[in-house]
Amino acid sequence: MIRFPLVFDISRTHLLSKIKQTTVASLGVTFGIGTYIILMGFMTGLNGLLDGLILNRTPHIQVFNKTTPSEIQPVERFNKATTDLHYVHSVKPKARLERIHNALPLLSELRRHQQVKGATPQTTAKVFYLAGANKLNGVLNGIQVREEIRLFNFKDYITEGDVLSLVRRKNSILLGAGIAKNLSLSVGDRIQVMSTNGTTFSLLVSGIFQSGLAEVDDVQSYISLPMAQQILGAGRNHITRLHVKLFEMADAVPLARTIETLYDLRALDIKTANAQFDTGSDIRNLISYAVSITLLLVAGFGIYNILNMFIYEKMNDIAILKATGFTGTDVKWIFITQAMVIGLLGGTMGLIMGYGVSIFIDNLPFITEALPTIKTYPINYDPLVYISGVAFALTSTFLAGYLPARKAQQIDPVEIIRGQ
Amino acid sequence: MLETRHIDKYFLEPVKFHVLKDINIELQKGEFVSIMGKSGCGKSTLLYILSTMDTAYEGELWIDGDKMSDLTQNELARIRNEKIGFVFQFHYLLPEFTVLKNVMLPALKLGREDVEGIRARAMEKLEILGVSDQANKKAYRISGGQKQRVSIARALINDPKIIMGDEPTGNLDSKNSENVFNILKTLCDSMGMSLLVVTHDIDFAERTDRIIEMGDGTIL
Repeated sequence: MIRFPLVFDISRTHLLSKIKQTTVASLGVTFGIGTYIILMGFMTGLNGLLDGLILNRTPHIQVFNKTTPSEIQPVERFNKATTDLHYVHSVKPKARLERIHNALPLLSELRRHQQVKGATPQTTAKVFYLAGANKLNGVLNGIQVREEIRLFNFKDYITEGDVLSLVRRKNSILLGAGIAKNLSLSVGDRIQVMSTNGTTFSLLVSGIFQSGLAEVDDVQSYISLPMAQQILGAGRNHITRLHVKLFEMADAVPLARTIETLYDLRALDIKTANAQFDTGSDIRNLISYAVSITLLLVAGFGIYNILNMFIYEKMNDIAILKATGFTGTDVKWIFITQAMVIGLLGGTMGLIMGYGVSIFIDNLPFITEALPTIKTYPINYDPLVYISGVAFALTSTFLAGYLPARKAQQIDPVEIIRGQ
Repeated sequence: MLETRHIDKYFLEPVKFHVLKDINIELQKGEFVSIMGKSGCGKSTLLYILSTMDTAYEGELWIDGDKMSDLTQNELARIRNEKIGFVFQFHYLLPEFTVLKNVMLPALKLGREDVEGIRARAMEKLEILGVSDQANKKAYRISGGQKQRVSIARALINDPKIIMGDEPTGNLDSKNSENVFNILKTLCDSMGMSLLVVTHDIDFAERTDRIIEMGDGTIL
């Protein structure tokens, strides 16, 4: 029978009498767990930021008209039965309308789908921005601004002005930052745009839009959907793209396939559109896990070493305890308890250190052109990281303590006593 | 109280060596016996077998009517805790613990009483041995003679049946050894404990009830 209060009492006396080694061993765990938490918080925070940057803003499925050559050419339908090889030179895509056929019924159909969180229509109009004698190429995207904000964090792109002005005034425009700079325009100014059929429109700059990608910011601007349709001289059903957001990103691939089979449209899923991003995210996670585990292992070996030393110093004590009736199991638990106390102490200090440094990093300024809404370094305070940190501290110290403790359990007191 | 039947013991390293040859001894209740012999004759080895710490032997060991030879390590630890008290040549206290705690530990392990009761009894034992004023000092801060008396107090804490000593006076000057002998003798007479002491000290041995003389692994 093990008397744990007694075991704990003996462990405490041992630890307190070697306060220096105890502190050093605990500090090993502290740094291990602390850096684990900092690293994980920082890395997952960064990943979350990039996820937010790309995944949250990118539609899970983009639906638009495809302009690819027909896969089956008429000659193949006509002469299907023959074994002759048909070869058609210089195949051209079929002429199609730019707008999606029956877009409005399709949109409400998508919105009713149970996997779909929401869907937004967009109408793209190619225009020229007029600046004196210059004509700059441009693209105006007509959007339903409230839905874009709800589903794709559209608000994050707007660095100046009021995003909802698109709703209030039909002829307002959220101008791309590059264009605004090139034409030296700011909020409140007017800009002339000319549509491809030659009509000129005067729009009020009510906000500046910045995505962080120069090639987008130099070309694209946002206006309300009806305004875009008016510029194109088209009706309310003129919609060129549908952007779909799902509840689960994983459903994107099969649903995109379904849309493509049901309608004669191209449905691009996010996996295909952002394949390289997914890989980058995975590898960053892998690296941070590998580094964290290495840190914790190093801390574990530190504890193992120190406990081994403890046991060599305590050979006499072990022999006395055994001679006076303590069992090997008692002795084993005395040393495991010491390891666990070191682990608990170091782990707790590691939590505090990790949390403290995380707060510090969280307040460091981090200003970058690409991310207009980010002001400080991103940190993730996921409780799971803290829980797993403490759990790992306890498991690793238990294991690091268990091996030397088992050695202590097996020490033969006669050998020690004779050896004197 | 304690009996051995045909105990044989071999050392296997560095070469096989027959240390103890057919040892048969008996110790009565309340008897004070010393074991004498030249260095290397096997008397310490015998004591470690009798103490149940060394289990690698052939033959039978009986303590207080029970056969020890078949018990597990944990059961033997319990026997050592409850029935046997040890006094070593070197003082063997736990240096970082207080004198009082050193005496209390075997009783805390046994757990027959609550902590307060054990503390009171440990103080009582220290009183008997005249070192109660050292009770709250750390064990490494007291003198050799005091340490030896503390270790006797520790051996007594669970009121064992047998006290075993491996040269308990070997490291003490004549005054202190006289002291230790008197203490042991008194205990033996007043409490009815059996005492078994390995010693080189002929004066010490001659004053015990019986001397077992050993030579070359046998009893002479």
